[in-house]
Amino acid sequence: MCGIISVVDRSRSGMDGSSIKNALSLMDERGSGEGAGYAAYGVYPDFADYYAIHLFFNNLVEPKGAVDEILRAWGKIEHEEEIPTVEQPDLRRTRIPWRYFFKPDPTLMPGSDTPEEDIIMMLVMKINTSIQGALVFSSGKNIGVFKASGWPEAVADFYQIDQYEGYIWLAHNRYPTNTPGWWGGAHPFNLLDWSVIHNGEITSYGTNRRYIESFGYRCTMFTDTEVVAYLCDLLSRRHGLPRELMVRAFAPPFWDEIDRMKKPEMELNHAIRQTYGSALMNGPFAIVVATADGIVGFTDRIKLRPLIAAEAGDRLYIASEEAAIRRMESSLDHVWMPQAGEPVIGRVQS
Amino acid sequence: MNPGSVPAKFKVRIDADQCMLCERCVENCPYGTYRREGEHISVDSRRCVACHRCVAMCPRDSITIEEKPVDYRSHPLWTRESREAIYNQARTGRIVLAGMGNASDLPIIFDRLLLDACQVTNPSIDPLREPMELRTYIGKKPRKLDLRKKRNGDIELKTRLHPNLRLNTPIMIGHMSYGAISLNAQLSMARAVASEGTFMGTGEGGLHPALREFQDNMIVQVASGRFGVDIDYLERGAAIEIKIGQGAKPGIGGHLPGEKIDPDISQTRMIPERSDAISPAPHHDIYSIEDLKQLVHSLKEATEWKKPVFVKIAAVHNVAAIASGIARSSADAVVIDGFRGGTGAAPRVFRDHVGIPIEAAIAAVDQKLRSQGIRNEVSIIASGGIRDAAEVTKAIALGADAIYIGTAALIAMGCRVCGTCYRGLCPWGIATQNSSLTRRLNPDVEWQHVANLIRGWTLEISELMGAAGINSIESLRGNRDRLRGYLLDEAMMNILDVQPVGA
Ligand code: SF4
Ligand code: SF4
Repeated sequence: MCGIISVVDRSRSGMDGSSIKNALSLMDERGSGEGAGYAAYGVYPDFADYYAIHLFFNNLVEPKGAVDEILRAWGKIEHEEEIPTVEQPDLRRTRIPWRYFFKPDPTLMPGSDTPEEDIIMMLVMKINTSIQGALVFSSGKNIGVFKASGWPEAVADFYQIDQYEGYIWLAHNRYPTNTPGWWGGAHPFNLLDWSVIHNGEITSYGTNRRYIESFGYRCTMFTDTEVVAYLCDLLSRRHGLPRELMVRAFAPPFWDEIDRMKKPEMELNHAIRQTYGSALMNGPFAIVVATADGIVGFTDRIKLRPLIAAEAGDRLYIASEEAAIRRMESSLDHVWMPQAGEPVIGRVQS
Repeated sequence: MNPGSVPAKFKVRIDADQCMLCERCVENCPYGTYRREGEHISVDSRRCVACHRCVAMCPRDSITIEEKPVDYRSHPLWTRESREAIYNQARTGRIVLAGMGNASDLPIIFDRLLLDACQVTNPSIDPLREPMELRTYIGKKPRKLDLRKKRNGDIELKTRLHPNLRLNTPIMIGHMSYGAISLNAQLSMARAVASEGTFMGTGEGGLHPALREFQDNMIVQVASGRFGVDIDYLERGAAIEIKIGQGAKPGIGGHLPGEKIDPDISQTRMIPERSDAISPAPHHDIYSIEDLKQLVHSLKEATEWKKPVFVKIAAVHNVAAIASGIARSSADAVVIDGFRGGTGAAPRVFRDHVGIPIEAAIAAVDQKLRSQGIRNEVSIIASGGIRDAAEVTKAIALGADAIYIGTAALIAMGCRVCGTCYRGLCPWGIATQNSSLTRRLNPDVEWQHVANLIRGWTLEISELMGAAGINSIESLRGNRDRLRGYLLDEAMMNILDVQPVGA
């Protein structure tokens, strides 16, 4: 189950959140009212150089005190505030959404190629595993995730997402089947620049989780999508795989196909499967991953979940249903169904 | 008192009305249970080891073998086994030998682990219609790939992959030497692994010329005795395995009695005829991980870094730390042999009491290597009493890359697990070098049985994976979410890192 929709404007023109809210709401039967969420890129231009750390607090006493302390130890909090929300009749407010705009001190992480990001990653893992009542659910620069337990419209109105303008949007309507619906379990999942929405179930979760944990990540949200965000961070940021090859690691060609490839191509695919076999994802899934410079959508290797792509001018859409895309943009230039495992990539012009 | 006499273990009976006096039982029993006496066959039940050769060969189904009920006063502590061991030892004053695997009645963890299957939200995959990938590469893997973008935008792979063994199925056959088993038994298994696209071990007995035809599917072993090891041997193998320990007898060496060293074995092992072949407990050049590393390097150097080198250890309580040292010694795979591993001959006290279960050992090793961030760079091969496809699947879900079978392959060739391999009289022509017995095993027939077994298990693993919604073995490896513990205590579930049923 679950409904996903995403859009990127390759010319970086901003879109407010109202149309994606409508599109997601069209797929209400793919959800159960237990989780929905949105991610938007480019929403904090005034703090573009700061990491926007979104958290759920159970209360603003002990957990917040502990978070303040750890953030101050590792860098500077430029600004902080409660994320503005408006009470909704059918959304039970169980957490307090908060945001910090934070700059880590890179000198505190000597020997790292990407000290700022490593500090943020470490802080996310540390807060989520050791501070009771605090959960970081978004930590990128100039991006924000907005999610809660509720129907898509209620969650959108709760956060007033029509007030935000972004050049990439992801949205997700959740039908939890394996784990309880709770605020932390709603999608998108995020780490640094990476945000992920996912429809399906990753049967390789146990393998993927144990792989990623051996690189210092800690899975705390009890769901299989979190691991995708961490895998993207590991393979792309830390190991430097280009986006296409990252997807190739997640949903590689079958060995039979690899055997038929020409030499350099075959060797590359061999190397990816042998090196990143534990990152291979199994089970039925359709996933969209976003970073600041674009989105990539792909399905499992035998396409057990739907995925549709479409283009209209500078915009690329990827979603579970064509009808949802048409709700955002009725006149599309081109609509297609990607092959199993084949990535659809929308890059922002640099 | 003379403690020599213990009651017979089995009662053999012949139905005289059925028997046609063909004497096949007489010919077939190497232990001398049967004798023709005039118009009937007389039986000495005391000699019977319940190998069932006679039962299989009797054309009239006239033979019945039963376990003989205990005629000692029953006692919960002083069981028949414990008393008889004492009687035997009081009589001989020697170490009691035993063959095959651990015969004590300890709980089997595999039986208390259950596999998972998908239902509605997560469809199971039908292996008859969808591709299932069991192909497994054993050997070192890079931690990450080094890629360069070329001017034309193409991506160039800078990383050079280490040599790996390519297996079509995660099932291999472990090391059983020529000497411990017959050449016909080795030939049958070699042909089977070649046909199924997998590998078998030579054991420490060298590589007989008749096996060269299958050398691309054979892993040559270097044990402490270094029997049969020369550069030609190393170069012929597809991979090299250094044997430090064995599951059936951790901490002790091997011993092939001089009587078994016939001219052919003496040639293959490169030792004098009729001399005892003793592998010492330790390698006399390995007393630390650094020493092991030197041997790994020397073997790689000698074979021009073209072959993966494995290191096999017995599963013992600190197996995880040892395996981590091995992983860092630049070995390509760690082989862990659990306490149910089979053997031609071991002191009974070792076979039944030393070592730990393979299930716990896999879990602990996999976890340790992960906590050190090196699990992905080295393969884990598990062995020790693996009995069916479900156990292979469970072993992989716990963290193994592949498994070795031993006894199961012998059973496929006729072994009845009578446990008397150490006497060298195996009635099925397996654990013997007696030509009248080895003739009984026809490699042209038996290879097919072994191949069938591997193929059948492989199909079952595909089905189990499909049921779990997994179409590639990489996603089963270390996937402990697909296992549930049933009637296991909490401490054991923690070691295995599995949830209880219902969770
Ligand atoms: S093999 Fe069977 S039929 Fe033949 S002599 Fe023995 S018991 Fe009788
Ligand atoms: S190999 Fe032969 S002697 Fe050993 S247990 Fe099997 S049947 Fe008995």
